[in-house]
Amino acid sequence: MAQISQDNRGLRLVVRYAVLCLIAAIFSFPLIFMIVSSLKPSSQLLADAHSFRALLPVGDISLQNYFDAFKRAPVALFIFNSVLVTGVTVVASLALCSAAAFAFTFVMWKGRDLALTVILATLIVPFETIAIPLLLEASKLPWIGAGGITWGWLNSYRVQIVPFIADGLTIYLFVQYFKDLPGELIEAARVEGASWFAIYRRVVMPLSGPVLATAAILKFLVMYNQYLWPIMVTQEEQYRPVMVGLQYFFQLNRAWGEIMAYLSLITVPVLAFYLYLQKAFIASIASTGVKG
Amino acid sequence: MAGPAIALILVFVIAPFFLAVGFSFTNQRLVSPHPAEFTGLSNYRQLLGLGVLHLDPLKDAAGAVVLDDQGQPKLPELRKITRKNPDYPQFDGMREWFSWSSGEGRTFVLARDVVFMTAIVNTFIFVLVVAPLQGGLALGLALLINQRLRGINVFRAIYFMPVVVSIVVVSLLWSFIYNQNEGLLNNLLSAISFGAIPRIDWLGNPSTALGAIIFMSIWQAVGFHMVIWLSGLQTISPTLYEAGAIEGASKWQTFRYITWPGLRNTAVLVLVVITMQAFGLFSQIDVMTKGGPVDSTQTIVFQAVQRGYGKQDISAGSTISVILFVIVLSVSLIQRYLTREKT
Repeated sequence: MAQISQDNRGLRLVVRYAVLCLIAAIFSFPLIFMIVSSLKPSSQLLADAHSFRALLPVGDISLQNYFDAFKRAPVALFIFNSVLVTGVTVVASLALCSAAAFAFTFVMWKGRDLALTVILATLIVPFETIAIPLLLEASKLPWIGAGGITWGWLNSYRVQIVPFIADGLTIYLFVQYFKDLPGELIEAARVEGASWFAIYRRVVMPLSGPVLATAAILKFLVMYNQYLWPIMVTQEEQYRPVMVGLQYFFQLNRAWGEIMAYLSLITVPVLAFYLYLQKAFIASIASTGVKG
Repeated sequence: MAGPAIALILVFVIAPFFLAVGFSFTNQRLVSPHPAEFTGLSNYRQLLGLGVLHLDPLKDAAGAVVLDDQGQPKLPELRKITRKNPDYPQFDGMREWFSWSSGEGRTFVLARDVVFMTAIVNTFIFVLVVAPLQGGLALGLALLINQRLRGINVFRAIYFMPVVVSIVVVSLLWSFIYNQNEGLLNNLLSAISFGAIPRIDWLGNPSTALGAIIFMSIWQAVGFHMVIWLSGLQTISPTLYEAGAIEGASKWQTFRYITWPGLRNTAVLVLVVITMQAFGLFSQIDVMTKGGPVDSTQTIVFQAVQRGYGKQDISAGSTISVILFVIVLSVSLIQRYLTREKT
């Protein structure tokens, strides 16, 4: 009897792993195909698509597609733009949203609860529903630069950065985290005469590592993957980010090898970053759901 | 200290929202030599105008039904009614949306903007399919990944992987997978069926295009909700499961009476979040089909962008935005009401 149930358990384990592996194959094959194909000439890529060779780096393997992609479009410029826009937005967002959440959590001021309610209410306004009027607004906003006041933000970095610095979700994440910090610490600092800003800088921020990581990862994913907004506001090549740059590869005769190279180029660094910080990524998504 | 963030949200979230409401009552354009004028509800009427019309077959002088070439009863021409017909001012400018035979004639449902109606219907189909399917699959994956097995974290990492990839990249990859002649999907299907399954142009065929986009969208986003379910699963106290095991509960009973009640709040959250995201369907459409073939993948947001940005008609785009907002708000209020804590 014991022997049979032992076998049964072994078999069950095999079945479990088989199911897990099958699902893993479904989730990973398009990405494996993308990376493998980026190394093949377009003709071989199409021929290989008919067999398992589609997922294997075999045949005429080279980096030629990557060189061709750089020739077809200013790829380096697009990557630079995306990194700049994403980086500045993430840093500014962490600074302003954490400061706001600090004021909402620890400081008493008139209208505080109303302001927080309004900010949390913006969470139910999908970005897609404000994109069109925001486009008109952005086309008319003033900017003070070296040449005095100019009107209109279209075709710039600021139009891709400034509207996304403050958002309800980031503030909400910080507020939730700050609520769980021990209040005595802040009170003690107040008694010793520390200013609010000093408490924010010296007491609260040093304790906020986890929530900073969470907010940074979520903001990074949103900003790097932006598509709808940049196609509307960057008619000029100079300010386009990587996702808009994809349009350079939509030709009548699509050069799939180059497309796969470009897709890999803009995706693999993010995937590598994710696999390296996998636990933090997953924890950050999970933390948006815990308290609901 | 909250000042800068509040100011930014006022200018870039709240102001545009109210501008959208304002523009929807005007004829505002992105660039125009004329100032915008107040036009009342005409944008809404233009987008949402509907009419029902019943047409009886034509009869000849003797009172017999006139038949057309195919032997079907001949109806009066619809165009003569909807084009500047003084007898039917309410149908002016409308087109047939759909119709059915009734009695001897046909009943027509007319819409002032048939494309937008199609977009609303497609968006609702997308939401109604994606919300339960993606939520359910995500829960299944979460239960699968919540087992104590060696190397389970590797599988969790792989299932979540598509979430960090841009939907634009995913859409382009899948447009290759769905390709009629070279696509991996057709290659796989014809290989496992030894050529019996015909090659389908998944994105070029009106009856499969929306389904193909739905499948891909779930593939990309299901890992996100798997993680949210997983965090919900981990808040359920292990002592409850121990108690269940002592009582001799079956697997299904354990799920039904311990796991599911413990996931209530998570379920509401997942449902609301998926629904909101699904109503925003745009990037997939823009990259893969541009709303085609024959409008079978038109969506509300794609229409808003096409008119507001493509045709620079800010007022029409804003009106669609307001309609979308009203829909999203109503749906989430209904969801909250239906999933409320019953006391």
